[in-house]
Amino acid sequence: MITLEHLRKNFGASAQAAVDGLSLTINAGEICVLIGPSGCGKTTTMRMINRMIEPDAGRIVVGGRDVMQIDAVELRRSIGYVIQQVGLFPHMTIGENVATVPKLLGWDTPRTAKRVDELLALVGMEPGQYRDRFPRELSGGQKQRVGVARALAADPPVMLMDEPFGAIDPITRTRLQDEFLRILRELGKTIVFVTHDIDEAIRMGSRIAILRAGKVVQYDTPERILAHPADSFVEAFVGGDRSLKRLALLTAGPYIEHGAPTAGAPHLPSGMALRDVLSVMLAAGADEAGIVGTHGDVLGRVTLDAIRNAANMAKS
Amino acid sequence: MKWLLRNWTDVAYALWEHIAISVTALTIAFALSLLIGIAAARRPRLYGTVMTLSGFLYTIPTLAFLAILIPLVGLGRSNAIITMVAFSLMILIRSVAAGIREVPADAIDAARGMGMNAKQILWRIELPLALPLIVAGLRVSAVTVISVTVVAAYVNAGGLGTLIFNGIASDHPAKIWTGALTACALAISVDLLLAGLERRLQGRRIA
Amino acid sequence: MLADAWIYLLAHPAQFSRALGVHVTLSASALVLAALISIPAGIAVARRSGLALALVNAANVARTLPSLAVLALVMPLLGTGFAPALFALTLIALPPIVTHTLAGMRGVDADAVDAAVGMGMTRAAVLWRIELPLALPVIFAGLRTAAVQVISGAVLAAFIGGGGLGDFITAGIAMMAVPQLLVGAIPVSLLALGTDVLFGALQRRITARGPRTA
Repeated sequence: MITLEHLRKNFGASAQAAVDGLSLTINAGEICVLIGPSGCGKTTTMRMINRMIEPDAGRIVVGGRDVMQIDAVELRRSIGYVIQQVGLFPHMTIGENVATVPKLLGWDTPRTAKRVDELLALVGMEPGQYRDRFPRELSGGQKQRVGVARALAADPPVMLMDEPFGAIDPITRTRLQDEFLRILRELGKTIVFVTHDIDEAIRMGSRIAILRAGKVVQYDTPERILAHPADSFVEAFVGGDRSLKRLALLTAGPYIEHGAPTAGAPHLPSGMALRDVLSVMLAAGADEAGIVGTHGDVLGRVTLDAIRNAANMAKS
Repeated sequence: MKWLLRNWTDVAYALWEHIAISVTALTIAFALSLLIGIAAARRPRLYGTVMTLSGFLYTIPTLAFLAILIPLVGLGRSNAIITMVAFSLMILIRSVAAGIREVPADAIDAARGMGMNAKQILWRIELPLALPLIVAGLRVSAVTVISVTVVAAYVNAGGLGTLIFNGIASDHPAKIWTGALTACALAISVDLLLAGLERRLQGRRIA
Repeated sequence: MLADAWIYLLAHPAQFSRALGVHVTLSASALVLAALISIPAGIAVARRSGLALALVNAANVARTLPSLAVLALVMPLLGTGFAPALFALTLIALPPIVTHTLAGMRGVDADAVDAAVGMGMTRAAVLWRIELPLALPVIFAGLRTAAVQVISGAVLAAFIGGGGLGDFITAGIAMMAVPQLLVGAIPVSLLALGTDVLFGALQRRITARGPRTA
């Protein structure tokens, strides 16, 4: 869906280019997370896709079209754009904000109004209540919901998101991540998502591109990056607790063994992440946990050994 | 006040003249300042030059400016209007430029990213958000223009100043009172009106 | 045209220097009087929110009044001449100095004052050593605005017999004598511009030398 070929960008001709011969292919329907330390070129790369920054060299193809051959303004109307500070227009109502791109594209009023209400409902904001409010009346989390609704308004196939949840408190952030992950997957959008938070990248990404000094160091699924970091930089970047992070990606279900759990073992749901299962077992001083299904029926048990095997990178 | 009651048509006419000149001058000054202000908002060096020049014009005493124009454009309304436009430029250009420069950068980035072209960004985002500051500048300019018009009666521009000058020349206190107080009342009302408008617009600027 | 004006000037040196003298005296006196009234008033009222707000509102209304109207209103009450003109010009100079004094005083970093009081400074010491120095740049800006306004107003004082360079302008207009008119208009413009530049330079020195707010 999106192809980046040998992109280069150097601001002010300094010795180190911001983006230095970067190549990447993103398939339709994927969420590609760009992550890396400050100055690695992740935001610059993202902003070159919709030509907010013009590349010095290289090619960008979106949906089969070379972006340099299209008028920039027209290009941007076909790509959703969400930034950290949201950038809602303070003098327009929420409804008017969301309607911005449809209006630019010349949609008629009834169609636009219907779409606005559809999207507000989709992002969890009751249209009747919020349509006529102003941005200053909203909380940070609500503003970002509106920001995403606004980006989805014209139903673009591709969305660019630059640290969209960065300015939001941690509790709301987790909730928003879950909700938007679900929405965006359902809609089948192709997303380029920039973040500096490795946990967010692991949660949100179909594939993660780890950037450093303007180049891609590793581009793979979260699971594989955690299991096999390409070099010491990536290893350090994903954190010393990467085996635990891997366990957070696995649920108890597939590791259930037959047999009744010992008396006094904690009982946990089958959908719980292995990492949390481990945490509960350690706290309880137990060697195993009973796993229960949705109706409270005991399905089996998960042992410490099983978890240890799951975490063992040498074996996977 | 008997004089006022007997001659209120003259006063009304003078007031009407006064408003007409002031509005004409303000409209011209505003249009010019919008053009220059928008350009200057984006170019710091142009802004500096423009501010220095218009500040220079602003500092020249009212009657002196009117007088200097006489050898160039003679007496009458055009003289007065040129003077008023010259005095209003500094404040209006500064208001327009400041208003535009204070528009939140993230709103502009989002607008660009969504595919608005420069003209759309200017008319739909920047100017509406700059409006409160622009109105603040209009408020000060309106009062300045009303004040200059009073003096401009001396170069045959008409307006409430004619009452004052006639009153002084013929030692007729009633005329002086009427002219001066009406001018003050006009200035105060216009100021209050625009202050109210400015307050109402302030609400929409904060995100 | 300018040459004619210059000739006229050279032909009437005494008249010109007297007019210039009156103009400068009138302006300077009005400015000083207004400052002597406004600055203490502003300082006294600054910390009392209600009074300060009332004073600011009154000053803002007073600022909108056309200068010539103020001068004209003084005439039936006090007659013509230097004194009435001085009175009117002082009134004109009051609003900008008051509003700037209030703004300057109220803009002083409350934490700085708090620290000073906490260290045991008397109220008077806090005023002289902390508040006034910090408020000075803003107060001075007010003086600058007032100075230019007063010089401009003093031109209009000619209409109520106050003298000054405005006499040349009014006589010149009345008799349609351009050289005479320019002998009034150009020097007074230079006077206004020069004053503004001078005050501006002084203001920059005060702001640069003064303490920077945190």
